[in-house]
Amino acid sequence: MSRIFPVILIVLAVVLVAFATISPSNLTSAKSPDQAVRSLFERAKSRDWKSAFTYVAPISNVDESAFSRDLNGSDGSLRTYSSLQDINTKTLKESDNDATVRADLEWSSAVGALYETRDLQVIKDENGWKVVWPQEKQPNLPPQVIPVNYLRWDIVHRGNDEDWGAQNVEPPRVRIISMNAIEHDGGVMVLGEIENEDTVPGFVSVSATLLGKDGGNLGEESSFDKISHTLLPKEVSPFRIDFPNVKLADVKNVRMQPNALLVPASADPVIAVQHQRIETDARGHHVLKGELLNESGQTVNIPHVLATYYDNSGRVVWVSDGYSEQALLPQTPVPFAVDVRDDLAGNVQSYRVTVNNYTLDRQQ
Amino acid sequence: MRNICYILLTLAVCWFAAYVAHAQTGGLKIPDQVSAGEGFTIPTSGSGDATFYLVGPGGASKRSIHLGDEIKVAPEETRTAGRYIAVLRLGRENNSKTFFVTPGKPAALNFLARPSRVPAAKQDAISGVAFVFDDYKNLVMAPAPVNFSLSLEQSAPTMRTVPTKDGIAWTQMNSSRSQGAAQFVASLPATDVSVRRVVQQVAADACDLHMRAQNTGKAIVVETDPIRDCSGNAVPDGTIVTFTEIDNHGRSTVDARVKRDIARAELPLSDNATISAATGVVLGNEVHIGIGIGATGGER
Repeated sequence: MSRIFPVILIVLAVVLVAFATISPSNLTSAKSPDQAVRSLFERAKSRDWKSAFTYVAPISNVDESAFSRDLNGSDGSLRTYSSLQDINTKTLKESDNDATVRADLEWSSAVGALYETRDLQVIKDENGWKVVWPQEKQPNLPPQVIPVNYLRWDIVHRGNDEDWGAQNVEPPRVRIISMNAIEHDGGVMVLGEIENEDTVPGFVSVSATLLGKDGGNLGEESSFDKISHTLLPKEVSPFRIDFPNVKLADVKNVRMQPNALLVPASADPVIAVQHQRIETDARGHHVLKGELLNESGQTVNIPHVLATYYDNSGRVVWVSDGYSEQALLPQTPVPFAVDVRDDLAGNVQSYRVTVNNYTLDRQQ
Repeated sequence: MRNICYILLTLAVCWFAAYVAHAQTGGLKIPDQVSAGEGFTIPTSGSGDATFYLVGPGGASKRSIHLGDEIKVAPEETRTAGRYIAVLRLGRENNSKTFFVTPGKPAALNFLARPSRVPAAKQDAISGVAFVFDDYKNLVMAPAPVNFSLSLEQSAPTMRTVPTKDGIAWTQMNSSRSQGAAQFVASLPATDVSVRRVVQQVAADACDLHMRAQNTGKAIVVETDPIRDCSGNAVPDGTIVTFTEIDNHGRSTVDARVKRDIARAELPLSDNATISAATGVVLGNEVHIGIGIGATGGER
């Protein structure tokens, strides 16, 4: 009996070691297209790019670093600050050796949840089902010097020891050029546009106070991320202020307060918004799509797209926003898509897209 | 009869005591109004030591004096205008007098000029408020004329004289048609007192925004004519001009920055596009790019 116990332990150890050695090869073999996609993203979720890459079909012609860059982001983009939170897969079509699987991905990021839908081709080879990973072709920008000689505004404020009558630089004049209050999703939303009328840049925000029928205060909110805060001279930004759980019928008046501060700013980068069009996406929802083109020579790490929608009378009927998860490399178009309310798509006569930019190594 | 004598004697003693006390302090002979920063003297009579207090809005002082000598109030003790109380204390006796120190002659100005930036050719857009003070920073309440002058280089200044009311004079002026740093000066006549502020007169909204487009084969290059306001001032560098191209691929926009009076941008190549320009709420002309043709300009 005293010999049997050590033998059992040794056998058990051998079995466990064998299981541990064998299990990865079992895991890499997906039994179904859905499992292949799910396994790939599960490993990507735990940032195990090497394991995730084992589910990529060799015909994808993509190397591991490009694959991980695609999923993990690069150049300080928003994706580099995101982590995969949830994966839902659905097989759209399947044959013996080929299938298409839709992956609905939810990423958590500093700016909230980001949703992504990918339709992936999955093929079967001798090792099971593998995902054909679409290759992101980044055009190689030829080495060049891009002269940037745009204006910069710096500010010298008055000193503390100046007399009380001494002059100081004043904040820029800003004006709300349109405003519209709507009810949506069980709340009131105040939409509009604000213009920097001055010749200097400004940091702007808009506050709104809802007043009830008795003159009482129903709520006070300010624009947060549904606005371009830094406005150059004559620049127009949309704004949207949300008041959840308020009924428009209860609102008698809206008091608006534009605020502006004089801030140092730079006139670059210039970001062109090309080929904007409203389309229906794979889920059947309306989206405003287009491409962003960074015309400067510096990488824009996190582009923030703001879309303003107008009806046929030119009134602002909706403001939406979205973040591009890719950084904007110089002179390289990057696609973007912003959701459009399906119930509103028919009323939208015109739209305008503006881009906020966040660059990591620069303050202004 | 004896009682009556006692009463009379008591009254006589009291009267004599009051007379003696009055003779010792001698009363405080101070003018009702003293100009700020002017010293004065207070004569006293009698003999012995007393304490003199001077309490005013700017501070209080206390010193021992010898009755019969003059009390000297130094100019620096009456620099602050307002109500003062002088008290002469002898034992338990107090003799006090209230007097007023009034502001001196106008000798200084504080000048608020608003705004520091103003669009050209705007009516009553510039305001100036002058506060008139004497040498000791007392607001001079008596009416005093203040000269306001707004001038831009190479143009005649706008001058105005405004009397103060309760120490304050104010005026409103039009900004001139030319941009530049306007010198806004407030001064006191017949003195060398003047305060200068700079009001930057800047270009107003753009007028007659006009652009042209050219198909270069790689892109459509759009460029405005020099952008000026209705007075002919060039809009500053950095001003945003939005170019919008609409074709069958959708809409493309570029927020171009004005550089040396001109905004320029490249839009995607198209063989059938309508291009427009706008800056702020000012719209420019539209240009149509067609197949095989360059640009045909349409007016707004």
